[in-house]
Amino acid sequence: MTLGLSLGVVVGYLLFALAVGLVAYRVSEATAEDYYLANRSIGTVVLLFTTFATLLSAFTFFGGPNLAFAAGPEWLVVMGTLDGVLFAVLWYAIGYKQWLIGDRHGYVTLGEMLGDRFGSTGLRALVAGVSLLWLFPYVMLQQMGAGEALVGLTGGAVPYWGGAALVTAFMICYVVLAGMRGVAWTDTVQGLFMLSVVWIAAVWVVSAVGGVGAATGAMLDARPDFGSFGGGLYSPGFIVSTAITIAFGVTMFPQINQRFFVARSGETLKRSFVLWPVLVLLLFLPAFMLGAWAVGMPIEVPEGANVLSVVLNEYTPAWFAALVIAGAMAAMMSSSDSMLLSGSSYFTRDVYRPVINADASERREAWIARIGVAAFALAAFVASLFRPGTLIEVGDTAFSGFALLALPVICALYWDRTTRTGMIAGVLVPQVAYLAVVLSAVVAAVPTLPRTVAGGWDVALGLMVLSAVLTVVVSLVTAPTAEGDASRFAVAGD
Amino acid sequence: MSRSRRDLVWIPTFAVLVAFAVPWPLWGVDRVVAGLPVWIWWHVAWLGLCALLFSLFVRSGAWERGMGRRPESEADSGRRSVLGGDRP
Repeated sequence: MTLGLSLGVVVGYLLFALAVGLVAYRVSEATAEDYYLANRSIGTVVLLFTTFATLLSAFTFFGGPNLAFAAGPEWLVVMGTLDGVLFAVLWYAIGYKQWLIGDRHGYVTLGEMLGDRFGSTGLRALVAGVSLLWLFPYVMLQQMGAGEALVGLTGGAVPYWGGAALVTAFMICYVVLAGMRGVAWTDTVQGLFMLSVVWIAAVWVVSAVGGVGAATGAMLDARPDFGSFGGGLYSPGFIVSTAITIAFGVTMFPQINQRFFVARSGETLKRSFVLWPVLVLLLFLPAFMLGAWAVGMPIEVPEGANVLSVVLNEYTPAWFAALVIAGAMAAMMSSSDSMLLSGSSYFTRDVYRPVINADASERREAWIARIGVAAFALAAFVASLFRPGTLIEVGDTAFSGFALLALPVICALYWDRTTRTGMIAGVLVPQVAYLAVVLSAVVAAVPTLPRTVAGGWDVALGLMVLSAVLTVVVSLVTAPTAEGDASRFAVAGD
Repeated sequence: MSRSRRDLVWIPTFAVLVAFAVPWPLWGVDRVVAGLPVWIWWHVAWLGLCALLFSLFVRSGAWERGMGRRPESEADSGRRSVLGGDRP
């Protein structure tokens, strides 16, 4: 009975989200600019929430509370710092600059912008290829999150693969049918929905266990080490390298980076920037504290389940628990949609058209994009069945991969002397090195290379430094190519 | 000119905002205040401070000057639109 109710609520909500996308599709125009960028007409509230919802995925809703449950509430500080503060600063330094440039030259993707500036199709395809590579584990993460969420919600009645398959099917339908305008609309609805519902959930659970003080007291009785800042997993090295790699990585995520081109006006970016720290905190505080408080609650968290689903099932009515999980799954779905959509634009505009088939018709390109999305999502689904790590581990791998792009891009944006060879060296070498580290853990035949050194410092942080050094040094020793044009990135209007 | 020189103050300001969003001075402190560990309150208050200073950054016009653009006259900053905004 309750099982049927839970599943009914989840599937019903996902169908509702799909319906919103279809309505958006009806009002959209059939051009690439509209499909990918909603004709650059996205206003503050929608931009804010679409970035918010895209950013806040299974990594936040499920991975975050799980980690807080296992290792302590310091995760709130790590995520708050990187998302609320560091990302906001980069939002200005990278995002606003890209908006100014994109607005002048009509760019749609990061690769297109860099390729045009340096007169290099190779660089354009390289940036797109690297982005697609790291997009894969992140899409996979959403499917893993959905699978684990339904295991937690139904006590294992719905198997892990069932949840992952459900969300995969919905995300393919969604992207193929709706495009950016549809994604942006549902993101807004879902961002607002999740924000309210997480607070209602927190108030509900906290009042059931006797208030905030009692919840913290019980948490400290069970795990006294949760009360003091730092310790355990949270070494200074872990905090600093996680915050830096994720914040820089997020700016290079195709779906986030493409948001920098969609704003209707500079004002929109300004307002989003100011509201960002508060919005981020409003979501993280209840979500992660629920995870941390759960250690003091008399609950049993089964292997491979999400702690948030279990807590909600214990303290709130079944329909409400299902609604929260559905909301989170829908948010993950829209996350994945944005990723897949941006990924498909990277593929068609930066790889397929310039490298493979320059004469493809619009119609053919649109089909390639949709088929590509379906194939990508299905491959990620298959990989998600192997569960190669926790949600946080898989997410962190993807973020670090993207983070390696950030410093060369910043160089290109602000330093006229950057050359094409400098960019290619700065992007390619650290990527190959990081890929070797990641793959060495998966391929049994080679020894596993360490991911962290000296007490939690991520090697990706060192590779980020390498990417900047290579870009600068190689640029200094090579001459700008004739096809390059630094004035493309000039934005000083007066 | 002096305005844009004064704007340079924003660089260390942002650095401090990022660095101390992590409550380093409370490392190892386990006091509970008003139901939550005290370092969580630090973080909450700090993000509030960030939002406040970010809005000051935008309103002072440093947002535009930082990109080498001239903010529209101080009075109607925020009203100018938009597409491009650059002059020929």
